[in-house]
Amino acid sequence: MEKKHLKRLDLIFKNEHDTEEILAKVLAKKNEEIINDLIISGLKGRGGAGYPTGLKWKLTAEEESDEKYVICNADEGEPGTFKDREILSAVPHKVLTGMAVCARVTGAKQGFIYLRGEYKFLVPELEKAIAAFHNLLATLNLDFSVSVFIGSGAYICGEESALFESMEGKRGEPRNKPPFPTQKGYKAKPTVINNVETLAHTYSIFKYGPEKFHDLGVKDSHGSKVFSVSGDTPIPGIYELEFGMTLQKFVDDFADGDAKAVQVGGASGFCVPRKRFEKTVIGYQGTLTGPSLPTGGSMMIFNSSRSMYNVLHNYLDFFVEESCGQCTPCRVGTQQLLLGIQAVKKGEKPSLYLDKLLSLAETMRVTAKCGLGQSVANSFSSIVENFREEMIY
Amino acid sequence: MNDLRNLVSTLVDKHGRDEESLLPILQGIENSESYVSQEAMVEIAKELNISAAQVYGTATFYSFLSIQPLGKYVIRVCKTITCSMHGKNQVISELENMLKIKLGETTSDKRFSLLETNCLGQCHKGPAMLINDEPYTDLTPEKVREIIRDIQQKEFAVN
Repeated sequence: MEKKHLKRLDLIFKNEHDTEEILAKVLAKKNEEIINDLIISGLKGRGGAGYPTGLKWKLTAEEESDEKYVICNADEGEPGTFKDREILSAVPHKVLTGMAVCARVTGAKQGFIYLRGEYKFLVPELEKAIAAFHNLLATLNLDFSVSVFIGSGAYICGEESALFESMEGKRGEPRNKPPFPTQKGYKAKPTVINNVETLAHTYSIFKYGPEKFHDLGVKDSHGSKVFSVSGDTPIPGIYELEFGMTLQKFVDDFADGDAKAVQVGGASGFCVPRKRFEKTVIGYQGTLTGPSLPTGGSMMIFNSSRSMYNVLHNYLDFFVEESCGQCTPCRVGTQQLLLGIQAVKKGEKPSLYLDKLLSLAETMRVTAKCGLGQSVANSFSSIVENFREEMIY
Repeated sequence: MNDLRNLVSTLVDKHGRDEESLLPILQGIENSESYVSQEAMVEIAKELNISAAQVYGTATFYSFLSIQPLGKYVIRVCKTITCSMHGKNQVISELENMLKIKLGETTSDKRFSLLETNCLGQCHKGPAMLINDEPYTDLTPEKVREIIRDIQQKEFAVN
């Protein structure tokens, strides 16, 4: 029953114990070279939004400021995602190395790991790794220190500007953009904020060179990606795979043989039904053939015994609770979508009411202030359009 | 009240008087007191020289900060989809039966609170729950009974 279509990679979790060597090698390079390497590698943010990492570092480096910050976003709250927890517990030195090099490049002296409250149990081990790393930095004469900031159970704080607000002692409410974090981030100072996995990937790039990383994956999506696989699968867990696979290949490898849908990218991602498995490619939107999906790595598999109404209901419950309530489209929209599907299910509203809800979701996509409200339409529309009959009967 | 004042001033000394210290201070209060009382909020506001309304605003935003007293052991069961699919409801019924409280309630001896929470990031090992900061995964009703019994026995031994 062993059927491996997809190549498993082992870059991120390989523990090579050569931090000192890698760090010394990279720090010997000029800042421009390091940024160029990152740009050549094609590394994009692994939190889901996919902003080019090299460019982010470059923009922050170019800002004039007496204070700058490097923040590792470990507020991994997207349903179905658990890779960052594993990376932080298995290879924290890779994340810290990425942060330290970023600090040198941008001129930051202070770094933070914003760790979600749900992962507080990781703190003792993480503090040990940080202490050892600080000792290493002292021998390399790099003036940079990292501390852990613990969140308190708010999904929205994974949104970068809400995360800054939270660190500043405020409610985790997203800010207007621009200005972007590279210009005004934490304490209104230029800030690089990268996902845990993104920082860990920089280690591989420093070690093996940008070309090797670039050669992995397809067209606009280079490198490997850590996927969190859960739901109806005999082998749930964390897998490092190459970008550019079709969903069909993924399902062949991971599902239980009866998959009817895969939710790619968590509650804020897209639901792909069986008939589209063959044509859907996992990667950032680019010049791929057929539709492609960006993803923070959450892959939830549902087999034919599952009610997609229940799945959508669960997602909407989640959004209703986690909406920060700041902007009306998201605060009211999430509640109305939930009430709406309940009313259709009970027969209190005609099935055509679903079309009104779909247009409400599209309005949220355009008018909500941040990614949370805007992306509710992703799962809502893809589930309602593909499983309409399950919403009604 | 004096105890509370001492606690706040210890936390303020530890974390500093900047606004950036507010969340760590609130977390410290929550850890010691099981909730953030209005008295604590006023005290923190004085120490940090910000309005009590701002402290209240922050304290009520985060799901891991409570403004009602909770038990010594706060149980948070993950209710997100994959944990739900793998038997979250049985886990909750078992907890309700053992602790003789409903979801959202605290036992009369103030030992246990039973809450639901959003994704704990343990989806591959669902159903999952946190008891205070500690995660428990791959739960079954049997396993839940053992975990709770262990805590109850430990508590009984202490008293």
